[in-house]
Amino acid sequence: MHAISYAAPTTVADAVSILAEHGANARMLAGGTDLIVQVREKLRDTTVFVDAKHIPDLTQLTVNADGSATLGAAVPCHQIYGDDAIVAQYPALVDACRIIGSTGIQGRASVGGNLCNSGPAGDTIPPLIVHGAVANIAGANGERTLAVEDFCTGPSRNVLGDDELLVSLTLPKPADGSGSHYLRFIPRNEMDIAEVGAGAAVTLDGDTITAARVSIGAVAPTPLFVAAAGEALIGQTAGEAAYEVAANIARDAASPINDMRGTIAHRKHLSFVLTQRALRGAVARARGMEVGHGH
Amino acid sequence: MATEILSGKVHVNTTINGESTDFLAEPRESLLEVLRETLGLTGAKEGCNDGNCGACNVIMDGRLVNSCCVLAVEAGGADVTTIEGIAGPSGLHPLQEKFLEHAALQCGVCTPGFLVSAKAMLDENPDPTEDEVRWWLAGNLCRCTGYDKIVRAVLDAAASMRGEG
Ligand SMILES: Cc1cc2nc3c(=O)[nH]c(=O)nc-3n(C[C@H](O)[C@H](O)[C@H](O)COP(=O)(O)OP(=O)(O)OC[C@H]3O[C@@H](n4cnc5c(N)ncnc54)[C@H](O)[C@@H]3O)c2cc1C
Ligand code: FES
Ligand code: FES
Repeated sequence: MHAISYAAPTTVADAVSILAEHGANARMLAGGTDLIVQVREKLRDTTVFVDAKHIPDLTQLTVNADGSATLGAAVPCHQIYGDDAIVAQYPALVDACRIIGSTGIQGRASVGGNLCNSGPAGDTIPPLIVHGAVANIAGANGERTLAVEDFCTGPSRNVLGDDELLVSLTLPKPADGSGSHYLRFIPRNEMDIAEVGAGAAVTLDGDTITAARVSIGAVAPTPLFVAAAGEALIGQTAGEAAYEVAANIARDAASPINDMRGTIAHRKHLSFVLTQRALRGAVARARGMEVGHGH
Repeated sequence: MATEILSGKVHVNTTINGESTDFLAEPRESLLEVLRETLGLTGAKEGCNDGNCGACNVIMDGRLVNSCCVLAVEAGGADVTTIEGIAGPSGLHPLQEKFLEHAALQCGVCTPGFLVSAKAMLDENPDPTEDEVRWWLAGNLCRCTGYDKIVRAVLDAAASMRGEG
């Protein structure tokens, strides 16, 4: 790796001032499972690493008084699926945290890093979108918030300016009768990047769906929020007929590419199948049933 | 006070296998490089250097991590356990004994990583199912044994640590 310098600020303000001073040469370091590897492989020429893990706002995971949760940008996957309150409220995000890389990767890899890396196949991004998560951003010009579906702008690109960092994510409290699920298809059994990923969150009143969100990954330059798929479910009876309508909308929204993990046709097909399965899992969880995270 | 930006050789104090340890490292050096080249702890291996093989795994502050994907300067103040710290004063760790008994290694390059990963699992979950063992160890690659003997050795070690065998 080329020579770098390292800073460990303890406040957001200090981190912002380092980022502002060093511009595009500086990047935040959370778990480093993308950044260290990318710099080592000369995919990035970052020279100033700004450690996120000594800033309390970035390392805390709290369930707030109103039932929402604040997830510090640098909190690793391992801590997320080890937190019973988070597992109960945000199962789709937990599904993703359990399948990123391996146990060793999950010891360091953060959800904030996954979002800021902004890969089209980033596993936590569809779950964040279906949970209605909001990104809390700080920069030289102050703070701003943005819905996660508006965060990524292209492969490895997002809305953050050089002087900005992601502080945390706010996840609203799910309504009573809610459930969610995320799953992906990979060509291997584990340790691979999604060929397609799909997340769904639903709220039920008896058997009637009263709210739903669907998001698919690895089928477009950014993870997609398929708002129309969720809207088509509202007022419908939870069941196969409704899931098929939503899954067709997701398939139509997908605009994938051919690459080593799959073809356009296969990814379109997977967008349909995985959306159906994500909805089945979300509804089952809304009914209090156990759904495996599918590794 | 503005945060200092560190470059050149940085002094780091950490605890490795229970002992307070000081070293100098450039920010670009990985924890794996410092363990092996500066501290002479060559048990952790470099397989891939990109997080995929698990041969470099260590336990840092109670969490399993790939030491090739950690900067040595990040280990300041941390508590690190490497393969060299797994055996007790009275002899081999049960995992090490069971790896020998089950012949769960051939060339042995992957073995330190498997042992450290398995120890991290048993610290959290003393009674794992075979499925749990296989998924926990999915980030450890072995090119020789075919995994089956490794999984049996881990399950057997877990049983003996629970006093069941
Ligand atoms: C072996 C291996 C397997 C993997 N498997 C998967 C997988 O299955 N699924 C998957 O989605 N990913 C996978 N990844 C990629 C990676 O582990 C994830 O994207 C992870 O969540 C990144 O988090 P991190 O904390 O390590 O981020 P870092 O590497 O620390 O950061 C990632 C990027 O985000 C930026 N960043 C980090 N924090 C902030 C912040 N607070 N504000 C602004 N920018 C920030 C960094 O500058 C960097 O550009 C894998 C990686 C490896 C090495
Ligand atoms: S050398 Fe670190 S995971 Fe392979
Ligand atoms: S024993 Fe040779 S790689 Fe595992």
